[in-house]
Amino acid sequence: MPTVNVNGRDVSARDDWSVLEAAQAAGYEIPTLCKMEGCSPLGACRVCMVEVEGQERLQAACSTPAFEGMVVKTNTPKVREALRTVVELLLSEHEGLCVFCDRDQDCELRQIAGNLGIHANPYEGAKPRRRFDDSVPGIFRDTGKCIKCRRCVQICNDVQGLGAIFPQGRGYDTVIGPAFGRSLSEVTCVQCGQCAAVCPVGAIGERNQIDEVWAALADPRKRVIVQTAPAIRAALGECFGYPPGALVAGKTNAALRRMGFDGVFETNFAADLTIMEEGTELLGRLAAQFRDHTRTHLPLITSCCPGWIAFAESLYPELMPYISTCKSPQQMFGTVAKTYYARSEDIDPADLVVVSVMPCTAKKAEAVRPEMYSSGYQDVDYVITTRELSTMINTLGLDFGELEAEEPDAPFGAATGAADIFANTGGVMEAALRTAHYVVTGRPLPGENLHVKPVAGLAGVKEAGVEFQNCREAWSFLEGVELSVAVAHGLGNARSLVESVRRGEKSYGFVEVMACPGGCIGGGGQPRMTSDEVRLARIKALYSDDEGKPSRASHENPHVQRLYDEFLEEPNSRIAHELLHVHR
Amino acid sequence: MEQTKDHAGVSEAREPESDDLLVVDRIVERHRGEQGALIPVLQKAQQAFGYLSTEVIERIAARLEMPVSQVTGVVTFYSYFTTTPRGENTVRVCLGTACYVRSGKQVLEDLEKTLGVSVGETTADRCFSLEIGRCFGACGLAPVVMVNDDVHQRVKSTKLRELLEPYGCSNDVDGGPAAQSRGSTERNSTSGGSA
Ligand code: SF4
Ligand code: SF4
Ligand code: SF4
Ligand code: FES
Repeated sequence: MPTVNVNGRDVSARDDWSVLEAAQAAGYEIPTLCKMEGCSPLGACRVCMVEVEGQERLQAACSTPAFEGMVVKTNTPKVREALRTVVELLLSEHEGLCVFCDRDQDCELRQIAGNLGIHANPYEGAKPRRRFDDSVPGIFRDTGKCIKCRRCVQICNDVQGLGAIFPQGRGYDTVIGPAFGRSLSEVTCVQCGQCAAVCPVGAIGERNQIDEVWAALADPRKRVIVQTAPAIRAALGECFGYPPGALVAGKTNAALRRMGFDGVFETNFAADLTIMEEGTELLGRLAAQFRDHTRTHLPLITSCCPGWIAFAESLYPELMPYISTCKSPQQMFGTVAKTYYARSEDIDPADLVVVSVMPCTAKKAEAVRPEMYSSGYQDVDYVITTRELSTMINTLGLDFGELEAEEPDAPFGAATGAADIFANTGGVMEAALRTAHYVVTGRPLPGENLHVKPVAGLAGVKEAGVEFQNCREAWSFLEGVELSVAVAHGLGNARSLVESVRRGEKSYGFVEVMACPGGCIGGGGQPRMTSDEVRLARIKALYSDDEGKPSRASHENPHVQRLYDEFLEEPNSRIAHELLHVHR
Repeated sequence: MEQTKDHAGVSEAREPESDDLLVVDRIVERHRGEQGALIPVLQKAQQAFGYLSTEVIERIAARLEMPVSQVTGVVTFYSYFTTTPRGENTVRVCLGTACYVRSGKQVLEDLEKTLGVSVGETTADRCFSLEIGRCFGACGLAPVVMVNDDVHQRVKSTKLRELLEPYGCSNDVDGGPAAQSRGSTERNSTSGGSA
């Protein structure tokens, strides 16, 4: 435990701390533009410089280890002057006007410049060549605004294991992007948006659809309905000053009604529906294996994350038969809306506009896939992120904090607790097991409070086993069978899970994968910046939302039951397959 | 992953592949398992082909199990590596002191015009690559231009076409590379670039 003196204050640092962390412990926030939690320091941006006694040159706080007896000064004329120069140089190469930028409000570069009192640019110089890449539906790249901090490179390479982007060229001419000047559509980018979530400036972001949504709302011929994903309720509040994990589902519904949506729904309904379909698919495959002894594809792998699907399609195509044929809840909702709902409300589906609010940039890409026109129309018309919704709420001038909570509309109504946890890693697994266990044994899932503890939390790959005991007559062939399950979040972790199965070291019956670290609560469209502390707060909130629900398992959702009775017949029926599954 | 052995090409199971890629495979094989294999592999591949083509880079990335973006990142970082194919002939203009003062600079500019390329580039018909050189040790005969291993002395700007004539490439139209400066040799668009 080295003792470090920061600006005259002694703090005891942990052995693995850098000067940055020691300074934080002493109460000083040092600016950073490249350092990211959980990633090794890059030392690329040089805005974290400090004076260390006995050292001639300024040191980068993020990559200088704290040592015993170290004396650090973070706020000397020399530090301020150097920092100012670095930021001024960054601004001189930075192309784009703040007011026209999505990051207007939360740009880290702008904040640092503001804190330094920089109001003019003393270095008018050449700007690098600007390239705007909007070749994919989920995200854009604008190299003119890029400050080459390399956070996106680190996320895409080290966390997601994809390496779609990398610094190309050297020095002033460096461009952060794909090989050979290609655009994102020409390389394996799954549009998870994790790069957009960590970019400190407006150089990578979601492809905005706010204008399209306002236009639809203003069109008198259109009926515009909205669905909100389970991850939104635990994060949107952050845009309005609430701490991470504040539950704001009711306020969100109220805000959406004020915006003029004709129907306000929650994707949670469709999450319950997904569990009915996917749980039935799982039990079908287990029956094939243990009862009929026919060839089947186990493990069943979840399919609700389009980032994961894109990853598997390009890197592990041989896995496709294992992946559930279920569409994601977003897409199930869209299809049901443009068929069942349109019919029961007597609306021409051509005049019905379905908007989704998602934590996710990959969902923007999912909505325009060719399989997603089962209703005869594009099932989901527009997808906006949590961040885009917060902008729209601000446009309207709504005081979010003052809104009274409201319920979602009929006929889809409020969903079960199982749907709440769809947004966090391990949640889809737990939700599916709650229903599958009930179907097989007639009893609720054992485990404290219906939870599957080992698959919760932020470990990269998690495993559990569920044994079926005292099965119902029809499922007696599963008596004593232990279903082993695994959960991975973050595509790097997903890859190691897949590789361990391919090498034959592991075998499972059911696997859940979410592309984003922490699951959708940490999605590429969520309020910035998502640290592990933020992830854990959002996850905790969703589990408590779940625990507070009268129904905790998807098969108990009365609205889903009614949908089957009136329209879909039964899970995995022919019509359910036609509308709710993809046909590969 | 199966690797190609030395007598590549005999196995029927393998998809047809160009010989170049098999050469790449052999280079990678020799560095398999080494820390930091990428740079030596790139160097050997460039020695083998004169430049690093898209196909070669993609093959190296696949064989080393690295993202292509990372390999091109390294290739574009070091000026030693080139992604432009070399011409059949290398024209080097001496810009040592003696040549420089005796209008070497002018000769270079006129060569650029005649060939339609800048220094470091190659004509579109891949006939000539243009480079600059340090002193060739023929200062008394400045300005000096070398084409491959031939030294041309006291070069005059007005005589450039005659000088290049004998190296004209077989597939060249219009009777020689030095034909209309822009006509037969469009500027090579693959050079430089931000990658
Ligand atoms: S969206 Fe995901 S896969 Fe695509 S570049 Fe960003 S981090 Fe990489
Ligand atoms: S795109 Fe953003 S995150 Fe990536 S290097 Fe540029 S500024 Fe940094
Ligand atoms: S984990 Fe969720 S937010 Fe992330 S890509 Fe998948 S569906 Fe989207
Ligand atoms: S945060 Fe230390 S160099 Fe960027």
